[in-house]
Amino acid sequence: MARRENPEINAGSMADIAFLLLIFFLVTTTMNVDSGVSKKLSEKPPADYVPPIIKEKNIFVVLINRNNELLVEEQRMDVKDLKDAAIDFIDNGGGVGNAEEDGTPGKACDYCEGERSESSSDHPNKAIISVQSDRGTEYGTYIKVQNELLRAYTDLRNRLSMKRYGMSFDALEESYDGDKTNEALRKKVEDIKTSYPQIISDAEPTS
Amino acid sequence: MSKFRKKKKGMPAVNTAALPDIVFMLLFFFMVTTTMRETDLRIENPRLPSASEVKKLEHKSLVCTIYVGKSKDPNRDGVGFNKIQLNDKIASADQVPAFIINARTKVSEAEVPFMTTSIKADKESNVGTITDIRLKLRDVNALKISYSASKGAGN
Repeated sequence: MARRENPEINAGSMADIAFLLLIFFLVTTTMNVDSGVSKKLSEKPPADYVPPIIKEKNIFVVLINRNNELLVEEQRMDVKDLKDAAIDFIDNGGGVGNAEEDGTPGKACDYCEGERSESSSDHPNKAIISVQSDRGTEYGTYIKVQNELLRAYTDLRNRLSMKRYGMSFDALEESYDGDKTNEALRKKVEDIKTSYPQIISDAEPTS
Repeated sequence: MSKFRKKKKGMPAVNTAALPDIVFMLLFFFMVTTTMRETDLRIENPRLPSASEVKKLEHKSLVCTIYVGKSKDPNRDGVGFNKIQLNDKIASADQVPAFIINARTKVSEAEVPFMTTSIKADKESNVGTITDIRLKLRDVNALKISYSASKGAGN
């Protein structure tokens, strides 16, 4: 008789716990998307392609040797100093930029905050970063260098975006991603992107 | 009042004791299936470099992945961190164009320009191998690539 009186344990909330776990796994597993440093390769040049002549001062040469050491503009450098060196180079603004598509002559960089030195780049849209690596260079180092260079661009874009639109470029891009049809946002993103275009060239490695 | 109470007592509650079992079964199903890989790795799981400026790859159906790293079976494939895996076998850089063209047949023509090649290479691989792949990719006009990296401080 006493056994019959024993109350059953209420297992109703067990389902809730299990559902919670289920939803947790569902969410976390789909979040695990592949991420990486994205790059766009240049198209294959035609056979009779003559490379344009570029002024020495507009090229920022980063050499990585097979011992994973860096030589930046003929000086040895640590990876951690590379970002600042790249920012100084890109943001120098010592001359006038490229002519625009409609033929108006290039203007001086009015948003650059660099030293405007004669011996460094003319304009962010002329500043080319050339990464030359050895065949034996470790991939990890190569990615680190690419990452530092991209960080330099991100810093500059964020700064300019902050100044012009009062929000960082990351936030700007994020809000544009959430609202692809917003024309005003698209213009803002384009404006920042063309102000500091990412020009990183990968030279073929030396063997 | 007493009649009403009697009626309520008489209503049997739906037994929900089996519900957790069903949900747990679903849970285990998802846990097991989501860890499954599409391709078997012939190389050891690459230790990806870390970077801070990473972008997420969207549209998984438009991504083809090339693995570079150390072979799991050094007796057959040889040693070193520069083995390339396409689909589920070890290949050389020369086979990359065929791999890309094959992948292109699986998507509609309008989507081909949005296809991305993700290179999952080990930290200790050599840039030379990556460059070989890159040159082959350029030959077949697969220009969007992503160097797979885990999000981190980058140093």
